[in-house]
Amino acid sequence: MKRDPRTIMIVGATSAIAQGAAAAFASEGASFFLVGRSPERLGTVAADLSARGAVRVEVLAVDPADVKGHEHAIAAGFAAFGSFDGLLIAHGTLPEQAACERDPSLAVDSLSVNATSVISLLLHIAPKFEAQRRGSIAVIGSVAGDRGRRSNHVYGAAKAALDVFLQGFRGRMTMSGVRVLTVKPGFVDSPMTEHLRKNPLYADAGAVGRRIHDAMVGGRQGVLYVPWFWAPIMFVIRALPEAVLRRLPL
Amino acid sequence: MPNRYESWGRYPKAEHACVHRPAWRDAVTLDDGGSHMLPYGRGRSYGDCCLNDGGTLIDTSRLCRVLAFDRERGVIRCEAGVTFADLLDVAVPQGWFPPVTPGTKFVSLGGALANDIHGKNHHVAGTFGRHVERFELLRSDGSRLECSPEEHPELFAATIGGLGLTGLVTWLDLRLKRVPGPAISAERVRFGGLDDFFALTKESDGRHEYTVAWIDTMAPARARGRGVFFRGDHADEEVQRSRGFSPSVPFDMPAWLLSPTAIRAFNETYWRLPGRKQTMRYDRFFYPLDSLGEWRRLYGSAGFLQYQFVLPFDAASQGVREVLDRAAERGLASFLSVLKVFGTLPSPGLLSFPAPGVTFAMDVRNGGPATFDALATLDEIVLACGGRSYPAKDARMEGVTFRKMYPKWEELARLKDPKFSSSFWRRVTV
Repeated sequence: MKRDPRTIMIVGATSAIAQGAAAAFASEGASFFLVGRSPERLGTVAADLSARGAVRVEVLAVDPADVKGHEHAIAAGFAAFGSFDGLLIAHGTLPEQAACERDPSLAVDSLSVNATSVISLLLHIAPKFEAQRRGSIAVIGSVAGDRGRRSNHVYGAAKAALDVFLQGFRGRMTMSGVRVLTVKPGFVDSPMTEHLRKNPLYADAGAVGRRIHDAMVGGRQGVLYVPWFWAPIMFVIRALPEAVLRRLPL
Repeated sequence: MPNRYESWGRYPKAEHACVHRPAWRDAVTLDDGGSHMLPYGRGRSYGDCCLNDGGTLIDTSRLCRVLAFDRERGVIRCEAGVTFADLLDVAVPQGWFPPVTPGTKFVSLGGALANDIHGKNHHVAGTFGRHVERFELLRSDGSRLECSPEEHPELFAATIGGLGLTGLVTWLDLRLKRVPGPAISAERVRFGGLDDFFALTKESDGRHEYTVAWIDTMAPARARGRGVFFRGDHADEEVQRSRGFSPSVPFDMPAWLLSPTAIRAFNETYWRLPGRKQTMRYDRFFYPLDSLGEWRRLYGSAGFLQYQFVLPFDAASQGVREVLDRAAERGLASFLSVLKVFGTLPSPGLLSFPAPGVTFAMDVRNGGPATFDALATLDEIVLACGGRSYPAKDARMEGVTFRKMYPKWEELARLKDPKFSSSFWRRVTV
């Protein structure tokens, strides 16, 4: 990734992880195009980034889950800044597995927000990054997408779809020198997991965001587990035979 | 997580019926049925003024954004959950510094306001509240008030040092001060007794912005009151960022680790270190304990108590001597004892702790009834001298003691939000 000052587009900019990453970019004097649902909350994030040293912050309030708005949102960003050094896609929801089992429409919504809309965004933005022949794209996946678990496979299915899409997308973008990073956080203490009981494996959302910033700045591509200890944990989980996995209370 | 919400001294314990942790100001609701509420910042108060046993806590740690920064005037508007660490990250690179800073940077600004905290520059800057221009206060009746010395002045004064009882502060405007950079030129001076301390203070407070002293409370009787005096000023010099390594105490240490013998040995060694002058980064000067994460675990699972009081000037010299004698007599072992002279700048809060005079603070391990009994005898000395104890540090004083020390408590009782309460408040007013 080029040296600062950098220009960063963030979709789902009010998410806790995105704010952590953005704050790190801001302290280096980056400029931002922020996309999110709530104009008030985007305004708050924009003010925070400006105070932390961001040179310029533009916001666009649209729902990232609405694929019909994607073309316009991306066009608006490139119209405002011309090009981007980085793109972070961070929006998402965590559906409750049991609720999805009672009401399958919730599962459809989850797939649409967590997989379909992200894929749509990436396909819309790909030609722009191919044309500029540089840049770093980071997308927030999840360890939940590595293996289907009894307790969380609706969310996991969406993140798995994203994972496979990004594997191929990385191949496509490599041809143009654009780096694509699949971020797989483990448990993150954020408003999305507010209702869940926390354990010592939970990581601070701000710290996860800072790690993403570091990886993007370092030009990293491929898969990034955050915090690092999820890499060996998921190595084991992925290696479990299904006959074992389906008997485990995971 | 059970007991995630505890105070820094880990005594007393509290069980909260409910915890709200809003991520956005528009998501705050102060409607929690019949349960009484209390804002919770980062849990750095020592006793129970940040706890609300059986009630609801409103954890402000996610309200941690800077909302505006006027770089010309140096006024920064921060959400209440912003910590001094966050603030320093934003302000210092741009040549600004908190006007008053506590001894740890992991305190929230909301907590600093609610306890009207002081720092090593009290003699020239007064308390934190003196530098707060305005704040937004949410009340359980649904009102959203901007308070300043001109607007809602009564609530402004009651909220500063109001222990979080007047409502939820969502943001505040803080006036920062200009500094040349992150460097502090600091000096360490050893002294042999209280008279030397008072002489050093007299000589230093007019010429140095930051002054404080460490006292060896375990010194033998003939050397009682000896200690180390620290004075410092912002300096226009280059300093290295401290190394990234930040160790943490991984679990509760056994009680014998901080036995009186161990503390005596530590204090003796610390006192014997030579005096010196050096330039250091501000974190080393202001927040030396922050570099050892979870240091409170050194005290073991029973936690510890801090005892801090202020005595008016005329009674101070004699009073501090009496306290030191009594503490030694009662076997209160402490490796962290601090002495500082407060200036005469008035505190703006209704129940602010700092007052003109001399303040003394000591950490002691929670040794059960003997410790409590010993501290109660110190209360008598403080009261007799016309002094008062610091609610942010307190976990045990009697209600009647508190009400004598803070006669304006009834005014706070009138102005507090009727749906807000705390373990501390119930302990000292009921």
